[in-house]
Amino acid sequence: MKRRTFLFAGSGIAGTLIVGWGVRPPRARLNPESAALPLARGEVQLNGWLKISGEGIVTVAVPRAEMGQGIDTALPMLVAEELGCDWSQVRSEQAPVDKMYGNVEMFVDSLPFHPDQRGVARDTAQWLVRKVGRELGLMITGGSSSVKDAWGPMREAGAAARSMLLQAAAVRFKAPVSECNTVRGWVVHASGLKASFGELAAAAATFTPTLPVTLKDAKDFTLIGKSLPRLDAYAKSTGTATYGLDVRLPGMLYAAIRMAPVFGAGWTKFYANGAEHMPGVKEVRPVVPGRAGAQAGIAVIADAWWQAKRAVDVLEIVWSDQGGAHAAPGGGTSAGLDTATIFHDYRNALDAGQEKTYFSRGKMGEALAQAVTEVKAEYRVPYLAHATLEPQNCTAQIRDDGKVEVWAPTQAPTVAQWLAAKVAGVKTHNVTVHSTFLGGGFGRRGEMDMVVQAVELAKSCNGRPVQLIWSREEDTTHDMYRPAALAQLSAGLDGAGNPVWWRAVSASGSVMHSMTARLGFTPMGPDKTNAEGLSGKVYEIPHVRIDHALVQHPVPLGFWRSVGHSQNAFFSEHFLDELAHQTGKDPLAYRLNLLQQHPRHAAVLLLAAEKAGWGKPLPPGRARGIALHESFGSIVAQVAEVSIEDKRPRVHSVVCAIDCGVVVNPGIVEQQMESGIAFGLTAALYGEITLEAGAVKQKNFHDYTMLRMPDAPRVETYIIVSGEVPGGVGEPATPPIAPAVANALLKLTGKPVRALPIKL
Amino acid sequence: MLKININGVERQTRSAADTPLLWLLRDELNLTGTKFGCGIALCGACTVQVDGVAVRSCVTPAGSLAGKKVRTIEGLQDADGARADGTLPALQQAWISHQVPQCGYCQSGMLMAASALLAANPAPTDADIDKAITNICRCGTYQRIRGAIHAAARAMPPKPLVGAAVRPVAAGNFGAAGTPKPNASAVNPSARGAK
Repeated sequence: MKRRTFLFAGSGIAGTLIVGWGVRPPRARLNPESAALPLARGEVQLNGWLKISGEGIVTVAVPRAEMGQGIDTALPMLVAEELGCDWSQVRSEQAPVDKMYGNVEMFVDSLPFHPDQRGVARDTAQWLVRKVGRELGLMITGGSSSVKDAWGPMREAGAAARSMLLQAAAVRFKAPVSECNTVRGWVVHASGLKASFGELAAAAATFTPTLPVTLKDAKDFTLIGKSLPRLDAYAKSTGTATYGLDVRLPGMLYAAIRMAPVFGAGWTKFYANGAEHMPGVKEVRPVVPGRAGAQAGIAVIADAWWQAKRAVDVLEIVWSDQGGAHAAPGGGTSAGLDTATIFHDYRNALDAGQEKTYFSRGKMGEALAQAVTEVKAEYRVPYLAHATLEPQNCTAQIRDDGKVEVWAPTQAPTVAQWLAAKVAGVKTHNVTVHSTFLGGGFGRRGEMDMVVQAVELAKSCNGRPVQLIWSREEDTTHDMYRPAALAQLSAGLDGAGNPVWWRAVSASGSVMHSMTARLGFTPMGPDKTNAEGLSGKVYEIPHVRIDHALVQHPVPLGFWRSVGHSQNAFFSEHFLDELAHQTGKDPLAYRLNLLQQHPRHAAVLLLAAEKAGWGKPLPPGRARGIALHESFGSIVAQVAEVSIEDKRPRVHSVVCAIDCGVVVNPGIVEQQMESGIAFGLTAALYGEITLEAGAVKQKNFHDYTMLRMPDAPRVETYIIVSGEVPGGVGEPATPPIAPAVANALLKLTGKPVRALPIKL
Repeated sequence: MLKININGVERQTRSAADTPLLWLLRDELNLTGTKFGCGIALCGACTVQVDGVAVRSCVTPAGSLAGKKVRTIEGLQDADGARADGTLPALQQAWISHQVPQCGYCQSGMLMAASALLAANPAPTDADIDKAITNICRCGTYQRIRGAIHAAARAMPPKPLVGAAVRPVAAGNFGAAGTPKPNASAVNPSARGAK
């Protein structure tokens, strides 16, 4: 009993016990009693991943956040494939919070290994991290890891349930199990006898699966590899999908908040100015700075959000520069800080040689002598906000019986559960987290500040639920930002113009350190994300050194779609084009020459180039730029066709090629390429968060500009057929677009792009 | 007490006259399909139709709507006539067959803007779409939205022509395209979407 944790199922409808599987053999999660799913009348649960109704509807528990990346469809496909379903009988449902659903592969991916590195060290580290990852059992969606993580367990879950159905059918048919098969929702016997999943489910639940389960051979897949329609398309085309701020509960109150503009700061006094007497207002109350980087502020609780918003706007608040939650390690507030100072600090750190080495190959000292020419460039990128279209929000209820419920559009329900318990002062198992659809995530919704605030506000509500919604202005000014960064790249070229050595040194804050500090731990060690995208390049350059200087400011930093790759791919891929440009070489040929030992990368690059008509004539004033970047286990190449209109770059089309290993749903891969490109292009063309006197200057979409219809390029996606392990698709399309566009502009203007967003 | 016609039904509401329509819909009437994105008419997530014209409900005072007809995403299915067979109108069918939504948060507003465009201009060009669809999508579904609008324009049954409006599309296209069959996903709602 000591090593096992027994928890009552939060929703309790089934009344079964949940067993944390982290301390049990992995296969135990395939047992029927693993995690209790809420059951409707006539539904039978066959294991922690699926249940079957009397009508044969197979509902798959999806333990990841659906934030657009299609996981509500791709993960059920894995179960349905092995079970032998007809796609029309498959549904998805959010899984409850349970350790058995923990994301393991995301942690494995966070290890700082170069893509070329294989062997015992890597295998051992991965084995250890998998073990720890299973113990942690963290339900978290990030790092483009969902399919990679579910690829084994969810197919096994389908196969295990299939084994149970076959055994039940064998009894009914009075035939050996080996003569039965599942076909499109039926168990069929060679004799022609058949029974539907719905008919067999109850009997199947009395059997245990034959372990180990046998998984299908890839050549026998009937669902995996098909562009099946998304399960959420109907709800999202009819306005019936429920996002965080669509949660409606009996007696629910609403809260609006204004937070200290300076990070880590608080307030000294405030005047209600009659807000407490305005229509619908229940309470005007301070929100103390809390865990998870929750910024201090003043909130108004009212019957309706608009009433709360109007009231919070009439408050007169005297903000202080001191006190409050420290968003960044090292304490202090961002008072007085502006963007120029931050970049000045970065340069000073590089001038003082404060960098540490993240990756090196060859002997830089010897290499310096071999080069004929040396090329140098300095680049910078700004802070970026996530700007999820659904503003941050969370609904919380502290019930009279001491139970806490949280409804949140969250990427990390396990963490939400922990923090809600801490804020409410209850045990974790007394907190139920309901995950809704996410109106965009991009990393912002792995943060918990809004959950901490909502639970804190619920303490005032006498058992009633309260929905906290941030205004767009609060959302833009209180994000956890993609770090601003400064990078100096240099290379030595041989007589033929090819790089002999390559060196990158950059300075920025650390996302990992910032987040670690927010969660109350002491940050330490190097942050892989600072160098990723520079350190993981596979170009065959003999001597390479990648350094980074950590310069932390009290500005909260967070995971932003593709994280370090988002800036480092721009630095590395644009600098490579600068080298090609200086030596008068074709950027495609220049890259291919450096990829002779990397056929997967070369194939992706060539596919994009061929489909884009690389080298073919273009109308005057247009140029193509190409970029190649590997991230999250997938290799992406993009060719952007660009012109200059009204002194601004105009991106007409993007041809995108990807090798993401085995493809579960090509249609969703295409969507994610389109999405990643739009996200990266928004940043490349417009994205810039600046600080003035310690506060973020940008407030809403008028000064934090988004890509819109007229500027959205036509995107074509081509997918390499591959049998390699699945890679990610949610993020890998974002990094290459900025350099692809910059490279086209270099061709058009002869001038490199040294800073984002691009200003001509 | 305000009286407002929403999706063909006269609704009595308690909200103050200066309450934006968005919050009247969401908080008082529980019509949560219309979304909050920016609050100042920039993003279009809150787009609804007033007398058939796309408007930003976040800056439309409830008190300005007396005698007008408001249509929200919840009423879009009836916009071109209720369907006995329960299938979706051509526009929403096109949205599904083109697999437009990703996170989906902007899509209610996009659909209302697209539907208003098609009502005014049954065969919009790309330039017409650029001009009419001013909403923001963070997932970059723009090219699929464009494709779905064109597909819906082709699939919609020709309406009796009013005035000088002439569709610059060969008549034969309509019969051939017809109304798409319900997509498999149309009967496949995700449990997260269940209200």
